[in-house]
Amino acid sequence: MTVMEQTLEEAKKKAEEREVLLDLENVSLSFGGVKAITNISFNVKKGEIRAIIGPNGAGKTSMLNVINGFYQPQEGVITFNGKKRKSMKPHLAVDQGIARTFQNVALFKGMSTLDNIMAGRATRMKQSMFWQMLYWGPARQEEIEHRKKVEEIIDFLEIQHIRRTPVGTLPYGLQKRVELARALAMEPELLLLDEPMAGMNLEEKEDMSRFILDVNDQLGTTIALIEHDMGVVMDLSDRVVVLDYGRKIADGVPEEVQSNQEVIDAYLGLSH
Amino acid sequence: MFYRTSGQFKTTYESDQALFPIKQDMILLAVILAAMYVVFPMFASEFTFKALLVPVLIYSLASLGLNILTGFAGQLSLGTAGFMGVGAYACYKITSIFPEMNVVVALFLSGFFSAAVGVAFGLPSLRIKGFYLAIATLASQFFLVWLFEKWAWLYNYNASGAIEVRTMDIFGLVVTGPNASPVVQYYFVLGIVSVVTFAMINLTRGRYGRTWKAVRDMDIAAELVGINLMRAKLSAFAVSSYIVGIAGALMVFFWKGAAEPNLFDIPMSFQIVFIAIIGGLGSVMGNFLGAILIVALPVVLNLLPGMLGLNIGSATMEHVNVMVVGSLIILFLIVEPHGLARFWALIREKLIIWPFPH
Repeated sequence: MTVMEQTLEEAKKKAEEREVLLDLENVSLSFGGVKAITNISFNVKKGEIRAIIGPNGAGKTSMLNVINGFYQPQEGVITFNGKKRKSMKPHLAVDQGIARTFQNVALFKGMSTLDNIMAGRATRMKQSMFWQMLYWGPARQEEIEHRKKVEEIIDFLEIQHIRRTPVGTLPYGLQKRVELARALAMEPELLLLDEPMAGMNLEEKEDMSRFILDVNDQLGTTIALIEHDMGVVMDLSDRVVVLDYGRKIADGVPEEVQSNQEVIDAYLGLSH
Repeated sequence: MFYRTSGQFKTTYESDQALFPIKQDMILLAVILAAMYVVFPMFASEFTFKALLVPVLIYSLASLGLNILTGFAGQLSLGTAGFMGVGAYACYKITSIFPEMNVVVALFLSGFFSAAVGVAFGLPSLRIKGFYLAIATLASQFFLVWLFEKWAWLYNYNASGAIEVRTMDIFGLVVTGPNASPVVQYYFVLGIVSVVTFAMINLTRGRYGRTWKAVRDMDIAAELVGINLMRAKLSAFAVSSYIVGIAGALMVFFWKGAAEPNLFDIPMSFQIVFIAIIGGLGSVMGNFLGAILIVALPVVLNLLPGMLGLNIGSATMEHVNVMVVGSLIILFLIVEPHGLARFWALIREKLIIWPFPH
């Protein structure tokens, strides 16, 4: 057995040992006659970084939208944390501990960085309108408690200097980071990242990779990410699932997927 | 130099989240409040109260209500005057059914009626946005004015079809009706406007404000961070209509003394929309600046020739007035499309670093 094969075996074994957090079984989604996802099954295990890759239009973003309840799949069973879900709404997904970021930055442009991240904690704040109008007593206490939490995240992602800046005026790379901060403010168990490195330069990509690894490592958050940069995907992720035309064509540790003939065909094109 | 913030360090989140973290802001506000509460009542004439101070305050409040809905929550509304009417008529009915009730209590109760009506007419906002929603609220405007005219129970079957405020007193002090002193009415309006403004500043910088702004800036993202869109939009409609309703009741009870249904017609809705836009959408202070420009300026301009000893006919003056105010509105919108509040924010930023711009 070569060294390569040994590490491959180890990676596989490590993946085997983990508990399943999210399980999708035969999920299908179509819009009218267009089939976006056909009969896909895969799982995400606790504590891992799971990449979803595939050529454009493969159904990756639809997959994330199904996971966080934005789309309702017509068929299939989704189990999160051991519970089968019936109908799903995005705000229910948040309550269960699923947060996400978007392919095109979806921040609240008129609000400051701080307010954007605080908005991520909106569902955790419970004080009544009466106390909030006074901004005194329990409401003030609550604001401060959440502010502390938010400041921790700001420190973690190193965005202290833009705390008060309206996010609409920030450069793209920082906006992506603020969006990650907002998702983290929800204290998710499962974090869905839709192309976190799209449109970034090398330095920004390296920063973002570091943050993703830190989040996974230090906060113990399970991450499912879509990414086109193969270097990033192969380096970061524990396991990769490959989609093409709404179907799953490969699933496994990066080394396995990389050498899969179907994946190579899907990416490079096949002569017919 | 005067507005420098260096040396004002915050060491706790409490002090960082205080209402006015910068000392100079607090001093400025104290000066304005002192002027409003002490200086004006000492020197102002009856005319000043009736034509300048009270109208500006009431229009500011109505615009604040609209701003909660349009500026903070991003839901366009053209039905403001209708909701003001609901507040006024509700207050009128409450005070005539319960003659013993304190008029301030009646005022705050009547807000709940306009809030309920506002929520009902806000239901379309769950499905439609932008201009389409504006048209839906316009429908409420027409419907409500029609209702005020046709439903005789609302104006106690008066022959005139108008509501007239009778004389009411609080602990012996006459506050409404023809015998009330303008100073007393001014203090009542000022007090209520201050309380509501304070509450709204707090509400808009807390959870509700963030929720509303999130819905305004990107509703899909708001939904995906776990905000319940229905609750956010309807709460904005409720709070907005509540304030607008109180403003309407104040207008009739503490300013005009009587009202016909057509007072609450479209022109007033538009006037309030103008105030909100020129003052600055998404700002609390902007409403006051906008009201000063749109409500007070024409009155001052009308008086100007008399004060300067010029002999200009009042009809001519009226035309000049419209021209001056109109061009000022256009000028301000070109210079600063985000309204007077942003204008002030820029001046303040400059003042903070002045006289060393680097």
